[in-house]
Amino acid sequence: MTLRFDIPEENFADILAKAFTNRSFLAGFVITALVAVIAIVSFFWTPFDVTRLIIADKTQAPSPAHWFGTDHFGRDILSMIMVGARNSIAVALVAVGIGMGIGVPLGAFAAARGGIVDEAVMRLNDLVFAFPALLSAIMITAIFGPGALNAIIAIGIFNIPVFARVARAGALAIWPREFILAARAAGKGKTLITLEHVLPNIVTLLLVQGTIQFALGILAEAGLSYVGLGTQPPMPSWGRMLFDAQTRMVAAPWMAIFPGMAIVVTVLGLNLLGDGIADILDPKSRRQR
Amino acid sequence: MTAYLLKRLAIALITLVLASMVVFAVLEIIPGDPARLMLGMNASADQVDLLRNQMGLNAPLASRYLHWAGGLLSLDFGRSYTYSVPVIDLVRERVVVSLPLALIALALSTIIAIPVGLFSAGRHGRAGDTIAMGAAQLGVAVPNFWFALMLIYLFAVWLRLVPAGGFPGWSAGVWPALKSLFLPAIALALPQAAILARVTRSALIEVLNEDYIRTARAKGLPYRAVLWRHALRNAMIPVLTILGLQFAFLLAGTIIIENVFYLPGLGRLVFQAITQRDLIVVESVVMLLVAAVIAVNLLVDLSYAVVDPRLRSRQ
Repeated sequence: MTLRFDIPEENFADILAKAFTNRSFLAGFVITALVAVIAIVSFFWTPFDVTRLIIADKTQAPSPAHWFGTDHFGRDILSMIMVGARNSIAVALVAVGIGMGIGVPLGAFAAARGGIVDEAVMRLNDLVFAFPALLSAIMITAIFGPGALNAIIAIGIFNIPVFARVARAGALAIWPREFILAARAAGKGKTLITLEHVLPNIVTLLLVQGTIQFALGILAEAGLSYVGLGTQPPMPSWGRMLFDAQTRMVAAPWMAIFPGMAIVVTVLGLNLLGDGIADILDPKSRRQR
Repeated sequence: MTAYLLKRLAIALITLVLASMVVFAVLEIIPGDPARLMLGMNASADQVDLLRNQMGLNAPLASRYLHWAGGLLSLDFGRSYTYSVPVIDLVRERVVVSLPLALIALALSTIIAIPVGLFSAGRHGRAGDTIAMGAAQLGVAVPNFWFALMLIYLFAVWLRLVPAGGFPGWSAGVWPALKSLFLPAIALALPQAAILARVTRSALIEVLNEDYIRTARAKGLPYRAVLWRHALRNAMIPVLTILGLQFAFLLAGTIIIENVFYLPGLGRLVFQAITQRDLIVVESVVMLLVAAVIAVNLLVDLSYAVVDPRLRSRQ
């Protein structure tokens, strides 16, 4: 996951042409779009109602009626995975938003100011990095109690130093360039230069890191919900479904297999998408191919 | 060299102190009075106040922090509200499960990832590389606790080769204990190995494009010797960085994995403590894990100096 900071000067059509020939990007894009569509569809339609418990149908094996089987309350696993998708996406997306919204200004500011400000921001980063996401989530839930919102905050806080680091490294690579010098000669201040010249040039970097953190956020949300600290029932979530499956592994293995595969496919899609974007926009990595 | 080491050491210490303040602050803002919690609803205000005095809860904030932090330094974490035993005793019981688990997983992940990375970088762009990296891409996407469930299903339920969970304790013999750590360690290690293999590969490929590699090849060194002697050593910095980060992930990962396998480690302790609102235990274990993460990152920083002679000579 090494990111490089060469900014290609290409037009949009070139980039689009490359996107269509990049296998990683295409596969990632198709998978991610599919998951997003499934999540959207779940608002309007699911094969079965996930709020209705039909005990007579409990722990049924996969069949033409229930493709992925049913759980211990007789709920359709496929329907629950569909509804769970929007939960996973929402949590991960907001967590990325928190990370970007706070981390990028921090990193860009540190790069623009340098010196003691830079040092202070980096030490703050070290501090947050010392708390693995799960640990900060545990502390947060210990104070405020478990729930999807606290999971979002915990994952979001963990994302802040990641984006701060990427934004700072990217900005530091932009600052010595000639067009920045020109802007300074024109009398623009550091804030204006950051907004007008630095940020537009590191957008792709942030996009790539964003997909990585999105994928990590989905994994983290699943993990938190699995141990009971994330999304609470009856709202279906992939992690919670796996928790319910654990004690029924012998009788109903499908309860564990399918939600897990949903996580794997989603995360795989996002990672492929991120790799693809990095490939397309980074000439150096293409040369190595 | 000395300046570099001192700077890293200072940063680690500052981070540790700041982290302890954060953890302490968290204990402060948590709603609910621990003294009242211990005595129950029927206690009188006088009784609660007496206990608050005994527990030192009425002292000023700064002196309470110093007392708590001083206690940490001498391994006195306080007493558990629910177990009524010193927290350090609970930790000592549990750490002999969690630490070996994390270390075995780290070793497994390294043993798998470095050869795969070498293999892939050596066959860069060919079929072997594509297959290995495809597998790694898949491995990165697998949540370790789901992987753990699948392993339980395959090896414990189906093949009945290993226990599905629980821990007999080291007193039951090293082999039965190791056997029950085997599946958890694999579940933790494989997803991490996938990340590490990708990093090793891309670091190696970057190094293999360097001029000195071409020079080494030009003077007639066999490819294998170049790969091992020149490339791997120079690719170690990013690999070590990730290894350090992974230890943090593994430690945190044990928290979840221990719950999958019902292992009596620090992770189980934390979760029981959360449900029982035994906050001093939560605080202590979190602080301990944070200290471990900081210590490992310091070790990684120090090992840079060993791997990279340029850092050693820099003043």
